[in-house]
Amino acid sequence: MYDVLIIGAGIIGTSIARELSKYNLKVCVLEKDNDVANGTTKANSAIIHAGYDAKNGTLKARLNVLGNQMFDKLCRDLDVPFKRIGSLVLAFDDNDLNTLHKLYDNGIKNGVKDLYILSKEEVINIEPNVNKTVKAALYAKTAGIIGPFEMAIALAENAYENGVEFRLNSEVIDIKKEDVYVVYTKNEKFKARYVVNCAGLYADKINDMVSKNRFKIIPRRGEYYLLDKSVKLVNHIIFQCPTKLGKGVLITPTVHGNTLIGPNAEDLEDKEAINTTREGLRFVLDTAKKSVEDIPIGMSITNFAGLRARTELDDFIIKEAEDSKGFINVAGIESPGLSAAPAIALYVLDILKSSGLEFVRKNNFKNKRKGIIKFSDLSFEEKNELIKKDSRYGRIICRCEEITEGEIVDAIRRPLGATTLDGVKRRVRAGMGRCQGGFCSPRVMEILSRELKVKMEDIIKDHEGSYILTGPTKKEVD
Amino acid sequence: MQYDLVVIGGGPAGLAAAIEAKENGIDKILLIERDRELGGILQQCIHNGFGLHIFKQQLTGPEYAERFINILKEKNIEYITNTMVLDITDKKEVYILNEKLGYKKINAKAVILAMGCRERTRGAISIPGFRPSGIFTAGTAQRFLNIEGYMVGKKVVILGSGDIGLIMARRLTLEGAKVIAVVEIMPYSTGLTRNIVQCLKDFNIPLLFEHTVIDIKGKSRVEGVVVAKVDENKNPIKGTEIYYECDTLLLSVGLIPENELSKKAGVIIDKRTSGPFVTESMETNIEGIFACGNVVHVHDLVDYVTLEAKRAGKAAAKYIKGTLRRDGVKIITINGKGIRYVVPQIININNSKEVTLFFRVDNIYKDCKLEVRLNEKVIKSIKKDKVTPGEMETINIDFSKLDIKQDDKLFVEVKE
Repeated sequence: MYDVLIIGAGIIGTSIARELSKYNLKVCVLEKDNDVANGTTKANSAIIHAGYDAKNGTLKARLNVLGNQMFDKLCRDLDVPFKRIGSLVLAFDDNDLNTLHKLYDNGIKNGVKDLYILSKEEVINIEPNVNKTVKAALYAKTAGIIGPFEMAIALAENAYENGVEFRLNSEVIDIKKEDVYVVYTKNEKFKARYVVNCAGLYADKINDMVSKNRFKIIPRRGEYYLLDKSVKLVNHIIFQCPTKLGKGVLITPTVHGNTLIGPNAEDLEDKEAINTTREGLRFVLDTAKKSVEDIPIGMSITNFAGLRARTELDDFIIKEAEDSKGFINVAGIESPGLSAAPAIALYVLDILKSSGLEFVRKNNFKNKRKGIIKFSDLSFEEKNELIKKDSRYGRIICRCEEITEGEIVDAIRRPLGATTLDGVKRRVRAGMGRCQGGFCSPRVMEILSRELKVKMEDIIKDHEGSYILTGPTKKEVD
Repeated sequence: MQYDLVVIGGGPAGLAAAIEAKENGIDKILLIERDRELGGILQQCIHNGFGLHIFKQQLTGPEYAERFINILKEKNIEYITNTMVLDITDKKEVYILNEKLGYKKINAKAVILAMGCRERTRGAISIPGFRPSGIFTAGTAQRFLNIEGYMVGKKVVILGSGDIGLIMARRLTLEGAKVIAVVEIMPYSTGLTRNIVQCLKDFNIPLLFEHTVIDIKGKSRVEGVVVAKVDENKNPIKGTEIYYECDTLLLSVGLIPENELSKKAGVIIDKRTSGPFVTESMETNIEGIFACGNVVHVHDLVDYVTLEAKRAGKAAAKYIKGTLRRDGVKIITINGKGIRYVVPQIININNSKEVTLFFRVDNIYKDCKLEVRLNEKVIKSIKKDKVTPGEMETINIDFSKLDIKQDDKLFVEVKE
């Protein structure tokens, strides 16, 4: 019997799990996929928004601004890459200028600090590559960039270390309300006093298992280009003025030094439609050119799409179901969901508290999580010391990102470690570079096979069924 | 650690360069290879056809490599494998990493860059669709089959008619896979004619020109690809879509010289080749840093890599001994009409009276002439039945009887 059962191990589920792990509670996270952070969390803009955008008075506005301020400490404690590089919303005409001032006023109302309207000259001075027809920009100093899946993985690892259980490959197929909640997966059932629904795109399905108050999650797809590290286009997160469909196409450096361009916005029915499209990518590129004219798209190293889990409301749905005490929905977490995540976790704790869950602080809570050593960031001396201790740090596996065998082994062996090629990639970036795993994937598979004691043919790329090899070759070539 | 010459890369270019330097009197040489063994990509090229020009024999890739590896060992040239070069400076300091030595700095009098090339990926050509498993570059698939001993799929579509793709079409077929089609966006193949005949025609594998993959289906593993005909701007033509059910998509869509390391040393890259600007001595803009093989420009025959590497090895030896000439008139080569690039880009005739120009045409031309002009004057004209971008051309120029002035221009052109 659990005190709290969390459904979904994305950025929201892991944020809540980690927050709950500070208290003497029995908590379990159920995740349908074979890894944490494998849904919307792994494919988004990776931005920590300042909070001027969401309409004043909404949960989005409040939790974004609160959440934004929590990232410095959180990322220090959890050893997650985060940089407050600031964002610019570019204005190209009078309409846009009007929008800038509205955003500015809204931001001030929301409590966003360090907001400025910059002149054309000031913009070009700090962003020499932006389109010279720019008239002004809204500068938000507090906006930042982050590794979103690194964040969720770190939260999960830290929660795990503090006693939270994680069940991967555990899709919830039914929930029954008896004296407590009974949550069914294919092979198991779990009893819990409280259930927190963080199922992202599937939050409506989970809600339907419990509550009569329905809502519908509408997958809104966003497509992106990722450019090679040798391309340096911008220094800040560059937005255009928002439209009805959202914050529009942005250009931003990533925490790892690539350039990210996207997303578009397209409402779909299919919750698994994470495919990119020719039209979508074309739109992204054409629109981005309004911000920066000269985009070397030949330096693209990959393109990908993510699905925002939005509802018809303009706001997050974070509340206890009215007809089912102890069942808390955390749904419709589209942008600025990542930025708000730490604040959402606190907000959910408040809801649990007012619903009667008793919170007693653990005295042995470990707030620090030790991340995977990043070999390429070490000094000459540090590198040699590390190799002396463990020679596997002397063997580069991923040439493009300079990732050593030592780092990959750590990614596999640590709690909630990687079991797939993409799992390794998300944790240490092997295969994330310009050759996209062309050189290193055979080596990484070999390491996975050795560490997990499974056959090469059984190593998968990502989801179940994503096998890579079909069997040995003929023994003799004719 | 101090060496006269450090050679980076133990493939055909690095091997030949190191041997040539040794034969030219350089003793303290270190050859560095990142893989487990020497030989580079040749080790996974188990088909034959290597060495026709140099040995007048049909060798497999490993056999070709072995000849050079044996000489390297006989000549006691020092080499280390499983070693990655992480940095080079313009002062020819080379930073290496391996399990035994750790992270070390090596000082060299000269450096030869021979890191080869890598394959263009799906991301580089922006194919839309899902991102399932079952999408491989042809070279990665070749490694899985020929080195690791695993098959990558059962029903295969190959995008791009580069040589590795063609070779893999045959290899996969011999391993029992069904290769449904090879799809090429251009109106011609970028591979060698002999490979099209021996790898596709002999196995009845269709080759579709002016077609490309426009969508990839399958959420876990590839389930199929959509192929369409393209117009002259390479845009897919509506209504021409064909759906191929398959579990594997192989990409053979081009090779890119791997110059991330070169750039760290300040080596300037020519956009036409994606490799360093080089002289007749294969020297880059950084004095004492030479380059050869696929890191300079992508070759289609290893024999030419070997020849080019020998040039680099010999010149590096001269440089170390202080006999490489820097004085004298320099001319520049220019890719004229119909020519994509010419290597070398700069020629100092004091170092070599006879220079072989390597170049590629930018399209298919029939019944044409390849013409070399010194400024306005035609100095060589060669009749050709057919030239194609898939086959590198070479022309030898003898400068001894020519009147050369500083900054003269040497044009290479296609005359139709």
